[in-house]
Amino acid sequence: MTLVRIFSARRLVAMIIKEFRQMRRDRVTFAMMICIPLMQLILFGFAINSDPKNLPTAVLTADNSPFSRSIISAIQNSLYFKLVKQLTNETEAQRLLTLGQVQFVLNIPVDFSRKLIRGEKPVLLLQADASDPAAVSNAVAAIRLLAGPVLERDLKGILGDLRPGFTPVDLRIHPMYNPENITQYNIVPGLMGVVLTMTMVIITSLAVTRERERGTMENLLTTPVRPLEVMLGKLIPYVVVGYLQMSLIILAARVLFRVPLEGSLVLLYSASLLFIGASLAVGLTFSTLAKNQLQAVQMSFFFFLPSILLSGFMFPFQFRYSF
Amino acid sequence: MTDESTIIDVQGLVKRFGHKTVVNGVSLKVKRGEIYGFLGPNGSGKTTTIRMLCGLLRPDGGSGVCLGWDIIRESTQIKFQVGYMAQRFSLYEDLTVKENLDFIANLYGIRSRREAVDRAIERIRLERFSNQLAGTLSGGWKQRLALACCMIHQPKLLLLDEPTAGVDPKARREFWEEVHKLAGEGITSMISTHYMDEAERCHRLAYIAYGNLLTSGTAEQVVAGENLTTWLANGGNIHALQERLQGLPAWDQIVPFGNTLHVSGKDAETLEKSITPFMAAGYRWTRTTTSLEEVFISLMSRAGGD
Repeated sequence: MTLVRIFSARRLVAMIIKEFRQMRRDRVTFAMMICIPLMQLILFGFAINSDPKNLPTAVLTADNSPFSRSIISAIQNSLYFKLVKQLTNETEAQRLLTLGQVQFVLNIPVDFSRKLIRGEKPVLLLQADASDPAAVSNAVAAIRLLAGPVLERDLKGILGDLRPGFTPVDLRIHPMYNPENITQYNIVPGLMGVVLTMTMVIITSLAVTRERERGTMENLLTTPVRPLEVMLGKLIPYVVVGYLQMSLIILAARVLFRVPLEGSLVLLYSASLLFIGASLAVGLTFSTLAKNQLQAVQMSFFFFLPSILLSGFMFPFQFRYSF
Repeated sequence: MTDESTIIDVQGLVKRFGHKTVVNGVSLKVKRGEIYGFLGPNGSGKTTTIRMLCGLLRPDGGSGVCLGWDIIRESTQIKFQVGYMAQRFSLYEDLTVKENLDFIANLYGIRSRREAVDRAIERIRLERFSNQLAGTLSGGWKQRLALACCMIHQPKLLLLDEPTAGVDPKARREFWEEVHKLAGEGITSMISTHYMDEAERCHRLAYIAYGNLLTSGTAEQVVAGENLTTWLANGGNIHALQERLQGLPAWDQIVPFGNTLHVSGKDAETLEKSITPFMAAGYRWTRTTTSLEEVFISLMSRAGGD
């Protein structure tokens, strides 16, 4: 009897060769292995920007003085702020902030220059949309540094004694919507999108592929059932599942993490139907393209990666380059 | 419209996949209450033909009617009256026997669904397993369940694609008893198979190879049509005999079956001349009726297969 070796290089080589041969046959998997790193490179390299600049800013000012103009041009020169609107109306400013059309409102009060000259340290208010703290934090840091030195040039002559080692203005920053900067407030609602995309796309991408792989599709086709009935029948249960997941996350957000819920719940639920529907449709498309369940899962990940990276959940949603 | 007794009447069916012609002008006529055997080697186009008949595939050429409906334009209507059983088990393994039947019954829009399901379970004696997952059934029971599912809407025609592949002999016999019982009730069956004993259980047969219909008729007609003469030899070393006979003319097939050698040929006279020298050499020779298997192998080799 021949001795059976514990480890045989030959058997190992045989396994390796077989694995490579199978890899070559499965074109989709091979393409994914090449495409995913490439896509990551492009996304991380070009699109993801952890130091976003040119954030839309509105200036609310009734004080048209050289001082306020200096401040406005200074913050623009920092490149973090991009002045999109100059307003005199407080409610309009709040509306823009709420709509997300601007991320900052710089409020220069009426008596700003008067108080400045009198050395009364006037208040300069920056309201920041802190619902995306990663995006605004660098800009906030920049304005903190700017506020003092920017007026140095203007404060000369007899005003020179107001200068050294002393901040002429009182800069106050109001992070709106999440003033305490509680991480959960950003993560928990964002997770709803992540969970929904992940489960909706992956599960439906498997749905039709599984029927085909197990041969049950063939049986289904011989019955009078129509394609539309099959598709809707496949999607509707997952719409229910999607809503169940959503409710669970909202419940956990309220009870476990105490995330405040502002606005209409009905609107949130009805708008989510669009999101769920779109995710399911993407999954269903994959399931018709994929030859087997493995491919279906790979395709879902192929979709999942850019969708998460570009969603603003992990990185601020601001492009370094505008496409 | 053909007369009432003709269930399937198709002419010149053609199906191509890419450049490959899989079914090449097949014509069939099946009568009501008949068990029609559909035979042929692997990849000969049996499954494709059956799938064209039940509307799963659209033929690239040819025409015909199935249950009085046009197979190209009215395939939806055909679906309501045909029970199709695919080659591999195609029910939901993660549903119970009852749930599977209920699902299919619902798709066909059967009114008294619960009764229909109970009737189907009773008919195939699946009561014991009715709440068991279909995936945990043995091969024979799975096949019975599949038959029950394609029977639930009381079709007039059953298209069964290799229903007994991988099923044990007892289950196969019971299955055929069921098919014969259905035939007695006027339900037509078209069954594809590789088993010769099953072919002999059919009222009529068709043999298809490489997309061409080679012969059809009753088993006797098919055997007679090929016109083979078969001799059996036993006693002595039949393998040595096989080698020596292979050098001589007029044989078509020489096949050892255990201790017996089957020798068949088309040319009866020359075959007899070839074997005469071995009659005295310690072998016992008997002339026998040619079986379907020999006929089919002969047909297949003539069709250019291997």
